[in-house]
Amino acid sequence: MNKTVDARGLSCPQPVIITLDKIKKVEKGEIVILVDTDTARENVCRATEAQGWAVAEIQPDDDGYRITIRKEG
Amino acid sequence: MKNVFASKWGIIAVGVIIGIFASLLQFWGNPANMGICVACFLRDITGAIGMHRAPVVQYMRPEIIGFVLGSFAAAYAFKEFRPRSGSAPVVRFVLGALAMIGALVFLGCPWRALLRLSGGDWNAIPGLLGLAAGIWAGTGFLKKGYNLGATRKTYSAAGWIAPLIMAGFLVLMLLNPKISGEPQSGILFYSIEGPGSLHAPLLISLVIGLAIGFLAQKSRFCTMGALRDLILFKQGHLFTGIVSLAVAAFATNLLLHQFNPGFIEQPVAHTMHLWNFLGMALAGIAFTLAGGCPGRQLFLSGEGDGDAAIFVAGMFAGAAFAHNFGLASSGEGATPAGMIAVAVGFVACLLIGLTMREKIGGVSG
Repeated sequence: MNKTVDARGLSCPQPVIITLDKIKKVEKGEIVILVDTDTARENVCRATEAQGWAVAEIQPDDDGYRITIRKEG
Repeated sequence: MKNVFASKWGIIAVGVIIGIFASLLQFWGNPANMGICVACFLRDITGAIGMHRAPVVQYMRPEIIGFVLGSFAAAYAFKEFRPRSGSAPVVRFVLGALAMIGALVFLGCPWRALLRLSGGDWNAIPGLLGLAAGIWAGTGFLKKGYNLGATRKTYSAAGWIAPLIMAGFLVLMLLNPKISGEPQSGILFYSIEGPGSLHAPLLISLVIGLAIGFLAQKSRFCTMGALRDLILFKQGHLFTGIVSLAVAAFATNLLLHQFNPGFIEQPVAHTMHLWNFLGMALAGIAFTLAGGCPGRQLFLSGEGDGDAAIFVAGMFAGAAFAHNFGLASSGEGATPAGMIAVAVGFVACLLIGLTMREKIGGVSG
Protein backbone atom coordinates (compact mmCIF):
# COMPACT_ATOMS: atom_id res chain seq x y z
CA MET A 1 0.00 0.00 0.00
CA ASN A 2 1.65 3.23 -1.16
CA LYS A 3 0.77 6.52 0.49
CA THR A 4 1.84 9.91 -0.80
CA VAL A 5 2.15 13.27 0.93
CA ASP A 6 2.54 16.24 -1.40
CA ALA A 7 4.27 18.99 0.55
CA ARG A 8 5.60 20.87 -2.47
CA GLY A 9 5.34 24.63 -2.20
CA LEU A 10 4.60 24.53 1.51
CA SER A 11 6.80 26.50 3.86
CA CYS A 12 8.09 25.57 7.27
CA PRO A 13 6.72 23.80 9.29
CA GLN A 14 3.84 22.62 7.08
CA PRO A 15 5.70 19.74 5.37
CA VAL A 16 6.55 18.26 8.76
CA ILE A 17 3.04 18.81 10.15
CA ILE A 18 1.28 17.03 7.29
CA THR A 19 3.87 14.25 7.21
CA LEU A 20 3.43 13.58 10.92
CA ASP A 21 -0.36 13.61 10.44
CA LYS A 22 0.04 10.97 7.78
CA ILE A 23 2.36 8.88 9.97
CA LYS A 24 -0.26 8.89 12.72
CA LYS A 25 -2.90 7.61 10.32
CA VAL A 26 -0.76 5.04 8.52
CA GLU A 27 1.19 3.74 11.54
CA LYS A 28 3.42 1.43 9.48
CA GLY A 29 4.44 0.52 5.94
CA GLU A 30 5.73 2.92 3.33
CA ILE A 31 5.01 6.61 2.72
CA VAL A 32 6.27 8.82 -0.10
CA ILE A 33 6.69 12.52 0.63
CA LEU A 34 7.19 15.08 -2.13
CA VAL A 35 9.03 18.26 -1.15
CA ASP A 36 10.59 21.06 -3.18
CA THR A 37 13.22 22.58 -0.91
CA ASP A 38 16.31 21.19 0.76
CA THR A 39 15.15 22.57 4.09
CA ALA A 40 11.88 20.65 3.84
CA ARG A 41 13.79 17.51 2.86
CA GLU A 42 16.04 17.75 5.91
CA ASN A 43 13.20 18.63 8.26
CA VAL A 44 10.96 15.81 7.05
CA CYS A 45 13.80 13.27 7.34
CA ARG A 46 14.74 14.49 10.82
CA ALA A 47 11.14 14.43 12.06
CA THR A 48 10.25 11.04 10.62
CA GLU A 49 13.43 9.43 11.94
CA ALA A 50 12.55 10.78 15.37
CA GLN A 51 9.22 8.94 15.03
CA GLY A 52 10.98 5.62 14.40
CA TRP A 53 10.60 5.61 10.63
CA ALA A 54 13.57 4.88 8.39
CA VAL A 55 14.33 7.07 5.39
CA ALA A 56 14.58 4.41 2.69
CA GLU A 57 15.29 6.54 -0.33
CA ILE A 58 15.65 10.16 -1.44
CA GLN A 59 15.38 10.78 -5.16
CA PRO A 60 15.63 14.10 -7.01
CA ASP A 61 12.24 14.63 -8.61
CA ASP A 62 10.81 17.52 -10.63
CA ASP A 63 12.77 20.37 -8.98
CA GLY A 64 12.46 18.73 -5.61
CA TYR A 65 12.79 15.44 -3.84
CA ARG A 66 10.81 12.29 -3.51
CA ILE A 67 11.41 10.88 -0.03
CA THR A 68 10.40 7.32 0.75
CA ILE A 69 10.09 6.43 4.41
CA ARG A 70 9.40 3.01 5.81
CA LYS A 71 8.46 1.39 9.09
CA GLU A 72 8.14 -2.34 9.51
CA GLY A 73 5.21 -3.64 11.49
CA MET B 1 23.40 15.21 -0.31
CA LYS B 2 24.38 15.04 3.36
CA ASN B 3 24.43 18.56 4.74
CA VAL B 4 26.95 18.70 7.57
CA PHE B 5 25.82 22.23 8.53
CA ALA B 6 22.33 20.93 9.29
CA SER B 7 23.65 18.17 11.55
CA LYS B 8 23.56 18.40 15.33
CA TRP B 9 27.15 19.63 15.55
CA GLY B 10 26.66 21.82 12.49
CA ILE B 11 23.90 23.88 14.07
CA ILE B 12 25.82 24.10 17.36
CA ALA B 13 28.93 25.32 15.53
CA VAL B 14 26.92 27.92 13.64
CA GLY B 15 25.33 29.16 16.89
CA VAL B 16 28.77 29.42 18.52
CA ILE B 17 30.21 31.32 15.55
CA ILE B 18 27.30 33.78 15.49
CA GLY B 19 27.55 34.29 19.27
CA ILE B 20 31.30 34.97 19.24
CA PHE B 21 31.18 37.32 16.28
CA ALA B 22 28.11 39.19 17.55
CA SER B 23 29.98 39.89 20.76
CA LEU B 24 33.11 40.85 18.83
CA LEU B 25 31.10 43.22 16.62
CA GLN B 26 30.15 45.06 19.82
CA PHE B 27 33.83 45.16 20.76
CA TRP B 28 34.63 46.53 17.31
CA GLY B 29 32.06 49.29 17.49
CA ASN B 30 28.46 48.09 17.22
CA PRO B 31 26.10 49.24 20.01
CA ALA B 32 26.20 47.37 23.32
CA ASN B 33 24.28 44.08 23.39
CA MET B 34 23.51 44.77 19.72
CA GLY B 35 26.32 43.05 17.87
CA ILE B 36 23.62 41.76 15.59
CA CYS B 37 19.97 42.76 15.77
CA VAL B 38 18.04 42.04 12.63
CA ALA B 39 15.09 44.23 13.59
CA CYS B 40 17.23 47.13 14.84
CA PHE B 41 19.52 46.97 11.83
CA LEU B 42 16.66 46.88 9.33
CA ARG B 43 15.25 49.85 11.23
CA ASP B 44 18.61 51.65 10.93
CA ILE B 45 18.64 51.00 7.17
CA THR B 46 15.08 52.36 6.97
CA GLY B 47 16.44 55.50 8.60
CA ALA B 48 19.53 55.63 6.40
CA ILE B 49 17.33 55.89 3.31
CA GLY B 50 15.11 58.46 4.99
CA MET B 51 11.94 56.41 5.33
CA HIS B 52 11.95 57.57 8.95
CA ARG B 53 13.81 60.54 10.36
CA ALA B 54 14.63 59.45 13.90
CA PRO B 55 18.13 60.96 13.94
CA VAL B 56 19.66 58.47 16.38
CA VAL B 57 18.88 55.30 14.40
CA GLN B 58 20.07 55.91 10.84
CA TYR B 59 22.84 53.76 9.40
CA MET B 60 23.16 51.48 6.39
CA ARG B 61 24.05 48.29 8.29
CA PRO B 62 26.38 46.13 6.20
CA GLU B 63 25.61 43.06 8.33
CA ILE B 64 22.09 42.90 6.86
CA ILE B 65 23.40 43.27 3.32
CA GLY B 66 25.89 40.48 4.09
CA PHE B 67 23.17 38.20 5.47
CA VAL B 68 21.22 38.25 2.21
CA LEU B 69 24.22 38.12 -0.11
CA GLY B 70 25.94 35.41 1.95
CA SER B 71 22.84 33.28 1.82
CA PHE B 72 22.55 33.97 -1.92
CA ALA B 73 26.13 32.73 -2.41
CA ALA B 74 25.54 29.59 -0.34
CA ALA B 75 22.31 28.84 -2.19
CA TYR B 76 24.08 29.09 -5.54
CA ALA B 77 27.18 27.22 -4.39
CA PHE B 78 25.11 24.26 -3.20
CA LYS B 79 22.45 24.42 -5.92
CA GLU B 80 19.73 25.37 -3.45
CA PHE B 81 18.68 28.60 -5.15
CA ARG B 82 14.97 28.12 -5.78
CA PRO B 83 13.10 31.19 -6.98
CA ARG B 84 9.56 30.99 -5.62
CA SER B 85 6.73 33.26 -4.50
CA GLY B 86 2.98 33.60 -4.29
CA SER B 87 2.09 32.38 -0.80
CA ALA B 88 -0.20 35.16 0.46
CA PRO B 89 2.32 37.99 -0.01
CA VAL B 90 0.16 40.79 1.40
CA VAL B 91 -0.37 38.81 4.61
CA ARG B 92 3.38 38.33 4.90
CA PHE B 93 3.90 42.06 4.39
CA VAL B 94 1.52 42.85 7.26
CA LEU B 95 3.11 40.19 9.49
CA GLY B 96 6.54 41.71 8.79
CA ALA B 97 5.31 45.17 9.77
CA LEU B 98 3.65 43.87 12.96
CA ALA B 99 6.71 41.83 13.91
CA MET B 100 8.87 44.91 13.54
CA ILE B 101 6.54 47.05 15.65
CA GLY B 102 6.49 44.40 18.40
CA ALA B 103 10.27 44.08 18.27
CA LEU B 104 10.71 47.85 18.54
CA VAL B 105 8.43 48.02 21.58
CA PHE B 106 10.76 45.48 23.22
CA LEU B 107 13.83 47.04 21.54
CA GLY B 108 15.23 44.05 19.74
CA CYS B 109 14.52 40.97 17.69
CA PRO B 110 15.04 37.44 19.09
CA TRP B 111 18.71 37.62 18.11
CA ARG B 112 19.19 40.72 20.20
CA ALA B 113 17.08 39.30 23.02
CA LEU B 114 19.63 36.46 23.27
CA LEU B 115 22.54 38.91 23.04
CA ARG B 116 21.00 41.16 25.67
CA LEU B 117 20.67 38.15 27.98
CA SER B 118 24.26 37.12 27.33
CA GLY B 119 25.37 40.66 28.13
CA GLY B 120 23.60 40.59 31.49
CA ASP B 121 20.54 42.68 30.57
CA TRP B 122 17.90 40.87 32.59
CA ASN B 123 15.13 42.87 30.89
CA ALA B 124 15.63 40.39 28.08
CA ILE B 125 14.08 37.68 30.25
CA PRO B 126 10.50 38.98 30.06
CA GLY B 127 11.16 39.57 26.36
CA LEU B 128 12.23 35.98 25.78
CA LEU B 129 9.30 34.70 27.84
CA GLY B 130 7.03 36.84 25.68
CA LEU B 131 8.67 35.46 22.55
CA ALA B 132 8.02 31.91 23.76
CA ALA B 133 4.41 32.80 24.63
CA GLY B 134 3.86 34.35 21.21
CA ILE B 135 5.35 31.33 19.44
CA TRP B 136 3.25 29.02 21.61
CA ALA B 137 0.13 30.95 20.56
CA GLY B 138 1.26 30.76 16.94
CA THR B 139 1.68 26.98 17.14
CA GLY B 140 -1.91 26.82 18.38
CA PHE B 141 -2.99 28.31 15.04
CA LEU B 142 -0.71 25.91 13.16
CA LYS B 143 -2.25 22.94 14.94
CA LYS B 144 -5.70 24.14 13.94
CA GLY B 145 -4.71 24.14 10.29
CA TYR B 146 -3.47 27.70 9.78
CA ASN B 147 -1.30 28.09 6.69
CA LEU B 148 -0.70 30.66 4.00
CA GLY B 149 -0.95 28.22 1.12
CA ALA B 150 1.63 26.91 -1.28
CA THR B 151 4.24 29.00 -2.99
CA ARG B 152 5.03 28.58 -6.67
CA LYS B 153 8.18 28.40 -8.70
CA THR B 154 8.93 31.65 -10.46
CA TYR B 155 11.55 33.27 -12.71
CA SER B 156 15.15 33.14 -11.59
CA ALA B 157 15.31 36.91 -12.03
CA ALA B 158 12.51 37.29 -9.47
CA GLY B 159 14.63 35.42 -6.95
CA TRP B 160 17.49 37.81 -7.64
CA ILE B 161 15.51 40.90 -6.63
CA ALA B 162 16.16 40.82 -2.87
CA PRO B 163 19.91 40.15 -3.29
CA LEU B 164 20.11 42.89 -5.94
CA ILE B 165 18.37 45.39 -3.67
CA MET B 166 20.91 44.59 -0.95
CA ALA B 167 23.77 44.92 -3.44
CA GLY B 168 22.24 48.27 -4.41
CA PHE B 169 22.27 49.36 -0.77
CA LEU B 170 25.96 48.50 -0.60
CA VAL B 171 26.66 50.54 -3.73
CA LEU B 172 24.72 53.46 -2.24
CA MET B 173 26.81 53.21 0.90
CA LEU B 174 30.07 53.17 -1.05
CA LEU B 175 28.97 56.14 -3.18
CA ASN B 176 27.71 58.08 -0.15
CA PRO B 177 30.17 57.18 2.61
CA LYS B 178 29.83 58.37 6.17
CA ILE B 179 31.35 61.80 6.78
CA SER B 180 32.39 62.17 10.41
CA GLY B 181 30.10 64.60 12.25
CA GLU B 182 27.73 65.05 9.30
CA PRO B 183 24.13 63.77 9.53
CA GLN B 184 23.90 63.27 5.79
CA SER B 185 26.16 62.14 2.98
CA GLY B 186 24.61 62.53 -0.45
CA ILE B 187 21.26 60.79 -0.22
CA LEU B 188 22.01 58.68 2.86
CA PHE B 189 21.42 59.66 6.46
CA TYR B 190 23.96 58.85 9.16
CA SER B 191 23.35 59.21 12.90
CA ILE B 192 25.91 61.39 14.63
CA GLU B 193 24.78 60.24 18.07
CA GLY B 194 22.83 57.34 19.57
CA PRO B 195 22.94 53.68 18.55
CA GLY B 196 22.91 54.53 14.84
CA SER B 197 26.26 56.27 15.24
CA LEU B 198 27.87 53.18 16.76
CA HIS B 199 29.16 50.65 14.28
CA ALA B 200 32.07 48.40 13.50
CA PRO B 201 34.17 49.26 10.41
CA LEU B 202 32.22 48.68 7.18
CA LEU B 203 34.45 45.89 5.87
CA ILE B 204 34.39 43.92 9.14
CA SER B 205 30.59 44.21 9.38
CA LEU B 206 30.16 43.17 5.78
CA VAL B 207 32.51 40.18 5.93
CA ILE B 208 30.96 38.88 9.17
CA GLY B 209 27.50 39.40 7.70
CA LEU B 210 28.45 37.46 4.57
CA ALA B 211 29.92 34.60 6.61
CA ILE B 212 26.88 34.37 8.87
CA GLY B 213 24.53 34.56 5.90
CA PHE B 214 26.38 31.70 4.23
CA LEU B 215 26.42 29.50 7.35
CA ALA B 216 22.87 30.29 8.38
CA GLN B 217 21.49 29.45 4.94
CA LYS B 218 23.15 26.05 5.06
CA SER B 219 22.27 25.32 8.68
CA ARG B 220 18.68 26.76 8.48
CA PHE B 221 19.43 28.66 11.70
CA CYS B 222 16.19 30.21 13.01
CA THR B 223 15.53 31.67 16.45
CA MET B 224 11.75 31.35 16.12
CA GLY B 225 11.96 27.86 14.65
CA ALA B 226 14.08 26.87 17.64
CA LEU B 227 11.22 27.45 20.06
CA ARG B 228 8.46 26.47 17.62
CA ASP B 229 9.94 23.04 16.90
CA LEU B 230 10.47 22.48 20.60
CA ILE B 231 6.85 23.35 21.38
CA LEU B 232 5.23 21.78 18.32
CA PHE B 233 7.34 18.66 17.72
CA LYS B 234 9.35 18.37 20.97
CA GLN B 235 12.38 18.60 18.71
CA GLY B 236 15.44 20.41 20.03
CA HIS B 237 17.60 20.59 16.90
CA LEU B 238 17.34 24.34 16.17
CA PHE B 239 17.08 25.07 19.90
CA THR B 240 20.65 23.84 20.41
CA GLY B 241 21.65 26.53 17.90
CA ILE B 242 20.24 29.42 19.91
CA VAL B 243 21.55 28.03 23.20
CA SER B 244 25.02 27.80 21.62
CA LEU B 245 24.68 31.39 20.40
CA ALA B 246 23.78 32.68 23.87
CA VAL B 247 26.48 30.67 25.66
CA ALA B 248 29.20 31.65 23.17
CA ALA B 249 28.20 35.32 23.32
CA PHE B 250 28.16 35.17 27.13
CA ALA B 251 31.67 33.65 27.25
CA THR B 252 33.00 36.18 24.75
CA ASN B 253 31.35 39.03 26.65
CA LEU B 254 33.04 37.85 29.86
CA LEU B 255 36.44 37.81 28.17
CA LEU B 256 35.89 41.26 26.65
CA HIS B 257 34.45 42.73 29.89
CA GLN B 258 31.12 43.31 28.17
CA PHE B 259 29.05 41.45 30.78
CA ASN B 260 27.17 43.90 33.01
CA PRO B 261 24.36 42.15 34.90
CA GLY B 262 21.28 44.02 36.06
CA PHE B 263 17.96 45.55 35.08
CA ILE B 264 18.72 49.25 35.38
CA GLU B 265 20.40 51.47 32.78
CA GLN B 266 21.02 48.71 30.33
CA PRO B 267 21.98 49.93 26.85
CA VAL B 268 19.08 50.54 24.45
CA ALA B 269 16.63 48.85 26.82
CA HIS B 270 13.77 49.75 29.13
CA THR B 271 12.45 48.19 32.32
CA MET B 272 8.72 47.97 31.57
CA HIS B 273 8.54 44.22 31.98
CA LEU B 274 4.96 43.89 30.78
CA TRP B 275 5.71 45.71 27.52
CA ASN B 276 8.95 43.85 27.02
CA PHE B 277 6.88 40.69 27.30
CA LEU B 278 3.97 41.86 25.12
CA GLY B 279 6.13 43.46 22.42
CA MET B 280 8.09 40.29 21.95
CA ALA B 281 4.93 38.16 22.19
CA LEU B 282 3.50 40.08 19.22
CA ALA B 283 6.74 39.59 17.29
CA GLY B 284 6.72 35.90 18.22
CA ILE B 285 3.21 35.30 16.86
CA ALA B 286 3.97 37.21 13.68
CA PHE B 287 7.21 35.28 13.07
CA THR B 288 5.42 31.99 13.67
CA LEU B 289 2.56 32.85 11.32
CA ALA B 290 5.13 33.85 8.69
CA GLY B 291 7.35 30.79 9.25
CA GLY B 292 10.63 32.37 10.31
CA CYS B 293 12.45 34.82 12.55
CA PRO B 294 13.67 38.04 10.91
CA GLY B 295 17.12 36.56 10.31
CA ARG B 296 15.68 33.50 8.67
CA GLN B 297 13.48 35.71 6.46
CA LEU B 298 16.63 37.45 5.24
CA PHE B 299 18.38 34.14 4.53
CA LEU B 300 15.30 32.84 2.69
CA SER B 301 15.20 36.07 0.66
CA GLY B 302 18.75 35.29 -0.39
CA GLU B 303 17.89 31.80 -1.61
CA GLY B 304 15.07 33.00 -3.86
CA ASP B 305 12.04 33.06 -1.56
CA GLY B 306 10.03 36.06 -2.73
CA ASP B 307 7.53 35.67 0.10
CA ALA B 308 10.28 36.07 2.67
CA ALA B 309 11.46 39.15 0.75
CA ILE B 310 7.95 40.59 1.09
CA PHE B 311 8.10 39.94 4.85
CA VAL B 312 11.36 41.90 4.93
CA ALA B 313 9.70 44.72 2.97
CA GLY B 314 6.98 44.66 5.61
CA MET B 315 9.65 45.02 8.29
CA PHE B 316 10.99 48.14 6.57
CA ALA B 317 7.45 49.56 6.49
CA GLY B 318 6.92 48.59 10.14
CA ALA B 319 10.14 50.37 11.11
CA ALA B 320 9.01 53.49 9.30
CA PHE B 321 5.61 53.36 11.04
CA ALA B 322 7.26 52.68 14.38
CA HIS B 323 9.44 55.78 14.26
CA ASN B 324 7.18 58.12 12.29
CA PHE B 325 4.24 57.45 14.62
CA GLY B 326 6.16 57.20 17.88
CA LEU B 327 5.46 53.50 18.42
CA ALA B 328 9.04 52.48 19.17
CA SER B 329 10.13 52.42 22.79
CA SER B 330 13.08 54.35 24.16
CA GLY B 331 15.21 53.91 27.24
CA GLU B 332 12.33 55.57 29.11
CA GLY B 333 9.96 52.77 28.19
CA ALA B 334 7.12 51.95 25.86
CA THR B 335 5.03 54.81 24.47
CA PRO B 336 1.21 55.06 24.72
CA ALA B 337 1.02 54.84 20.92
CA GLY B 338 3.27 51.79 20.99
CA MET B 339 0.97 50.09 23.50
CA ILE B 340 -2.04 50.72 21.25
CA ALA B 341 -0.12 49.43 18.25
CA VAL B 342 0.76 46.21 20.09
CA ALA B 343 -2.93 45.69 20.96
CA VAL B 344 -3.95 46.30 17.34
CA GLY B 345 -1.20 43.92 16.25
CA PHE B 346 -2.53 41.13 18.46
CA VAL B 347 -6.02 41.57 16.99
CA ALA B 348 -4.59 41.48 13.46
CA CYS B 349 -2.58 38.31 14.18
CA LEU B 350 -5.61 36.70 15.77
CA LEU B 351 -7.72 37.41 12.68
CA ILE B 352 -4.98 36.16 10.35
CA GLY B 353 -4.47 33.02 12.43
CA LEU B 354 -8.15 32.22 12.68
CA THR B 355 -9.32 33.04 9.17
CA MET B 356 -6.53 31.59 7.03
CA ARG B 357 -7.04 27.89 7.19
CA GLU B 358 -7.08 26.85 3.60
CA LYS B 359 -7.29 23.09 3.49
CA ILE B 360 -3.98 21.89 2.12
CA GLY B 361 -4.66 19.05 -0.26
CA GLY B 362 -1.32 17.28 -0.02
CA VAL B 363 -2.46 14.03 1.45
CA SER B 364 -3.76 11.36 -0.87
CA GLY B 365 -3.93 7.60 -1.05
